[in-house]
Amino acid sequence: MEIFGIPLQGLFGQLLVGLINGSFYAVLSLGLAIIFGLLNIINFTHGAQYMMGAFFAWIGLTKFGLSYWWALLVAPLLVGAIGVVLERTMLRRLYHLDHLYGLLLTFGLALIIEGIFFNEFGSSGQSYDIPDVLAGGTNLGFVFLPNYRAWVVVASIAMCLVSWFLIERTRLGAYLRAGTENPKLLQSFGVNVPLLITLTYGYGVALAAFAGVLAAPVFQVSPDMGSKLIIVVFAVVVIGGMGSILGSIVTGLGLGLIEGLTKVYFPEFSATIIFLIMVIVLLLRPAGLFGRSR
Amino acid sequence: MARDYRVMALLLAALVAAPFLGVYPVLLMKILCFALFATAFNLLLGYSGLLSFGHAAFFGGAAYITGYLCKDLGAGPVTGILAGTAFAVALGWVFGSLAIRRAGIYFAMITLALAQMMYFVWIQLSFTGGEDGLQGIPRGRLAGILDLSSDLNLYFVVLAICAAGFWIVYRAIHSPFGQVLKAIRENEPRAVSLGYDVDRVKLLAFTLSAGLAGLAGAMKCLVLQLASLTDVHWHMSGEVVLMTLLGGLGTVFGPLVGAALVVVLQNAAVFGRWTLVAQGVIFVVCVLLFRRGIVGEIAVLFRRVTRPPRA
Repeated sequence: MEIFGIPLQGLFGQLLVGLINGSFYAVLSLGLAIIFGLLNIINFTHGAQYMMGAFFAWIGLTKFGLSYWWALLVAPLLVGAIGVVLERTMLRRLYHLDHLYGLLLTFGLALIIEGIFFNEFGSSGQSYDIPDVLAGGTNLGFVFLPNYRAWVVVASIAMCLVSWFLIERTRLGAYLRAGTENPKLLQSFGVNVPLLITLTYGYGVALAAFAGVLAAPVFQVSPDMGSKLIIVVFAVVVIGGMGSILGSIVTGLGLGLIEGLTKVYFPEFSATIIFLIMVIVLLLRPAGLFGRSR
Repeated sequence: MARDYRVMALLLAALVAAPFLGVYPVLLMKILCFALFATAFNLLLGYSGLLSFGHAAFFGGAAYITGYLCKDLGAGPVTGILAGTAFAVALGWVFGSLAIRRAGIYFAMITLALAQMMYFVWIQLSFTGGEDGLQGIPRGRLAGILDLSSDLNLYFVVLAICAAGFWIVYRAIHSPFGQVLKAIRENEPRAVSLGYDVDRVKLLAFTLSAGLAGLAGAMKCLVLQLASLTDVHWHMSGEVVLMTLLGGLGTVFGPLVGAALVVVLQNAAVFGRWTLVAQGVIFVVCVLLFRRGIVGEIAVLFRRVTRPPRA
């Protein structure tokens, strides 16, 4: 069977790849959205932190025999803890300044982290084996579905839903949302806002690292894996509307699928399609699809 | 103002004399090109408060156009540079029209994403040589007479063009136009309420900055006879931010000092493979401790020394 001259098998294959990329876009732009919401800082280090997650999983496996499942827990905690230290020692000093300084500082940090990993591990990628339980695949009749890829999509969407629930439906989330509206007022109610900010940054960073561990068996684990991806994620964030939780999840997945479709019908446009969509969205809705103008 | 002119005259004299005192002209030209690039960038960030994270698109895009014209179409250096600059002006106008719809961090991210789009376009196009870039671009003869393959000849042409570019930016920031830019930087709603067409002024500044960045890129392409993906990569956009920040945002001479330092440090290879880390550390230190940059800090120090506290 064919659709517009493309075999169904190939079409679904590319859609699957698009869905996987979309999952990564969603988790990463969600982390950015959470951090931007409370800290008002574009975390340029996000790509590097995603890369650190993947590398920590790889180092854990090759040097310490840490299994994939433990890595999925340990790497985000470690990277999140590093994030907490960065927030406490550096980012905190910039809140009273123009937000651009936060962007510049995190850009500098990204260069440092990437530089260190380049020196330590070189620029060639390392491979990370798929855990045994998830090896192989399932034939769904119209497409062959590798189990690990299905797991990536499920895990990403689950993580997004958990984060959405935390922010929109719990007391802690209510504090968070109040903090984004008016930190001073919240503080006068006796809430420890600086601690809240620190934890938020840690959580956003841990999300990036979580995506990194998920990505390790799919892509090559290399020092520039983050900087390649993060610019696309920035475009996703602009399209979705910055700081919108729902916007980042929906746009992330949707754009991944659109990118996959483009790869089938107009392969040469697949790298630029997201940026083209960004331009169109900006012309029609400068605040993004789900964004509010500030 | 008068002090600025004195510094400029001294600087120009030093630059004219430098190649005769044994400084390698190609290094000097590279510094000059990046100094013009950083000056153009500073017009935006330092004087208008607009952080463009996509200036590599203008710098590298112009380099590709100039390189292609001079190498494959046999154009002369003047045509090449003019075409590269014109391309950057046009691209700057398009990017500017899209980006100024949002301010602050949004503006930075939109310029970054647009520049990245251009990066993929350059990879796709056939004449750019893909990963290899354009190499061995001929420098040609200026107006058919002056042979530019001589480093010394080219040096004085580049010096003259860079000085003119620097002069344009200097005049722009000390004109009523520049005052409006500063007013927008300090308080945009107030500038709007005063009746200024803020978007038009911003777009004009953005296009001017893009054009001068393109001019710098076009000349860099002739100097090093090379145009490659490095020039359009977003690391290049970051590098020009670093130069400006290190030298001093919103200072006249800051970008020159910053560009010279960064280029010399890269060429001297003192950091070896730690260059990336060193750049990151300079970034972090500047943002945390010396937000005024080298020239900015010196200016403050100078004022403190010359103006004793009132009794």
